[in-house]
Amino acid sequence: MTSPAVPIERPTDWRGLAARLAAPVGAVLAVAVMVLSLGFLADPDGPQNALIGLYNALGLTGQAEALAQEGLDPILSKAIIAVVGLAIGVGGIWLIYIGAHSVLELLGPRWLSRLVPWVFIGPALLLVGVFLVFPSITTIITSFTEGDGFIANFGFVFTDADMLIALRNNALWLVLVTGGSVIIGLVIASLVDRVRAEALAKTFIFLPLAISMAGAAVIWRFVYAWQPPQEAQIGLLNAGWTALGNEPVPWLQTPGVNTFLLILIMVWLQTGFAMVVLSAAIKGIPSEVIEAARCDGAGESRIFFRVIVPMIRGSIIVVATTIAVAVLKVFDIVYVTTGGRFETEVVANRMFNEMFLFRDLGRASALAVILFLAVIPIMIINIRNLRRQGIGA
Amino acid sequence: MPRHRFLVGVAVLSLLAAACQPSASGSPTESATGGPTGSYLERAEAGEFDGTSVQILAQWIDAEGDNFEANLTAFAERTGIDVQYEGVTDYESYLIRQVDADQAPDIAQIAQPGRMREFQGEGKLINLSEFIDTAAFEANFPSFVDLVTVDGGIYGIPYKADLKSIVWYPNAAFEDAGYTIPETWDDLVALTDEIRGTGVTPWCTSIEHGDATGWVATDWIEDILLRTAPPETYDAWVNHEIAFNDPAVLHAADLMAEIWFTEGNVYGGSTAINNTFVGDTQNPMFAEGGPDCFFHKQASWIYTFWPGYVAATETEPAVVENEPGVDSSFFYFPPIDPEFGSPVLGAGDMFMMFNDRDEVRAVIEFLATPEAAESWIATGSFVSPNLAVPEEWYSVYPASGLAEILRTATVLKFDASDLMPAEVGQRSFWDGMVDWVAADGANTEDVFAEIEASWP
Repeated sequence: MTSPAVPIERPTDWRGLAARLAAPVGAVLAVAVMVLSLGFLADPDGPQNALIGLYNALGLTGQAEALAQEGLDPILSKAIIAVVGLAIGVGGIWLIYIGAHSVLELLGPRWLSRLVPWVFIGPALLLVGVFLVFPSITTIITSFTEGDGFIANFGFVFTDADMLIALRNNALWLVLVTGGSVIIGLVIASLVDRVRAEALAKTFIFLPLAISMAGAAVIWRFVYAWQPPQEAQIGLLNAGWTALGNEPVPWLQTPGVNTFLLILIMVWLQTGFAMVVLSAAIKGIPSEVIEAARCDGAGESRIFFRVIVPMIRGSIIVVATTIAVAVLKVFDIVYVTTGGRFETEVVANRMFNEMFLFRDLGRASALAVILFLAVIPIMIINIRNLRRQGIGA
Repeated sequence: MPRHRFLVGVAVLSLLAAACQPSASGSPTESATGGPTGSYLERAEAGEFDGTSVQILAQWIDAEGDNFEANLTAFAERTGIDVQYEGVTDYESYLIRQVDADQAPDIAQIAQPGRMREFQGEGKLINLSEFIDTAAFEANFPSFVDLVTVDGGIYGIPYKADLKSIVWYPNAAFEDAGYTIPETWDDLVALTDEIRGTGVTPWCTSIEHGDATGWVATDWIEDILLRTAPPETYDAWVNHEIAFNDPAVLHAADLMAEIWFTEGNVYGGSTAINNTFVGDTQNPMFAEGGPDCFFHKQASWIYTFWPGYVAATETEPAVVENEPGVDSSFFYFPPIDPEFGSPVLGAGDMFMMFNDRDEVRAVIEFLATPEAAESWIATGSFVSPNLAVPEEWYSVYPASGLAEILRTATVLKFDASDLMPAEVGQRSFWDGMVDWVAADGANTEDVFAEIEASWP
């Protein structure tokens, strides 16, 4: 916000006015260019035509003709689209805000301070409204009206035998993944705090987070693979298991074991996230506090439970709620490994099947609403936690 | 609408002549009034739709996708219609999403006639009998007319046939052992017992297929039901006019259980059945020290999963070890009750039309001609349901053997699980088979009653 030193009652200062107008006009022009580039992105031949145009403009007509004849390498073409898309996406948002701000500056300081917040959160509000609030409401309505009606749709969720298994499994996932990741993450975070190769150790624990859920599921499917007893076991788990003299076990097809093995995959994925956040929180504890506790004669475990954990409580809640929300939505791991068979069904996978295989919009929406309702208390905990820390109070 | 041609196949030959006639492109309204401008295919061949484009969506990717596209290339070049083919995996849910979003492709392949009926009921499909030559269609696809007819209209063009009623075996080892191909069910059971007596498991079978685990077992039930009950019973079962656990079906299950669950009959036993990937079922049959099993009942495409098989590329032909017709072969899954003849259980792919434009009609008409599959047939891995396909086109095994079985079949029935509602045909039936195998067939009545209860 530049100083409002230029008084408004001096309109004859043409140079000053031009300078003030330059930014908004430039921004509007830039936005126009951006909108035009969207057309470029939508056209599969866009990069090729643009390059031909460029060659022609440079006088390289021979090159242009050759390109028009042969066509552009598809990978190069996609790469160009990706670069342009990134530039428009990132640069465009930036330009919109700069432009809007400079337009507001023309209105004077009073309007500026009133309108600026709306200009900045306006686009986000609009997007959230169109892509989140509106679909949520229509989903709720659909769950009441489609299929055999409200009672049948929700009755199915709470009475169908497969659904009861799915609800049970979701509860297991919620407790074990959230608890497992946070506890293991916390333990690792406080242990590596004292290790010399801390960065290296953390990198290894953090690596799985870079793998997509589907990718992790494929990897672990190999770990759990089964072969007939007379053949070599290619699965790591069965290789070890048979080395101990046991018969190979079809882990993923054995109810009672399989859900826990799937949960392990997600713990493996999420522990790194918990560790990184909690490690940062532990490092944020002033060393005076720890030293004071030591001087008072507190042992290491006492320091951990009575000083460190309470002081990073806020971070623990944030990590736990974030993981809990991710767990409620779990779909990929189940879909890739067992497809929800052998009593491993979860709500999100069933929702996918109801929607895209059985085409029962009512039941699918009812399941979506159930997941939505389950997320709300977690969100409330999160928001209250933020309030307590003085954020958004 | 009556057309002056009587055979789709013949029509194509006349196209060369049609191509020399003056183009009808100056009068596009004539088709709306039913003017005698010839079929849409003829008009396309005359160049009338040059510059238009038609999208086709199907589940064929890689080699299969290339094989399909190869058939379209010449057509596209001749007519100037830009035929845009897209093959996607996870096909069915993708297609449903596109259709629900009103983004349906012009033409889409489907393997489940039940799904086709669903789309038809929602008014999404174009009635093909409004423009195709229905008499020729009925003459060329007699076994499939009922399947694609809904409310008196035709909504699908059958394109690809898969035969399921065959049993693969390693023929060299089979002949060395002095076995002969069983012609009746009793022969098959006797040979099974004989092989088991030598200490070798006679059968390889398995049903693990990720999200679709169980379908192999449903094929067995269906194939046996066709051999032990009249076709009407099969149809009534598919349409739920009799209970899913009708005594006829339970009887079929009992016969199947004899093969599957007799100790020592199947390689690896029931744990292996439930846990071996469908594409790996045959591996013991080609074990290095001689076959660990002799029979593998699976559809015609399974040889592309033989160990060592490498699909053809643009420059290299396919590498086939245990080559069909040389080292591996198949015989017809024998009849059980002679009263019910030699039925064949099949599946197949058909094309549906979502958008009604003249050039799309032309492509649909083309897909109903033998030429639309000619180069794929030549690879030996494709059987067309179209009777107008000349016999000599099937020169390569296994397609030649399959076409022979198809010609001598007394009854051809479509895979029941593909016709039932998805909740049953693609879920509870499959799940039930898994439970059934896990219990070594001890819970037949419970399993089938449970599937019956799941019918929507």
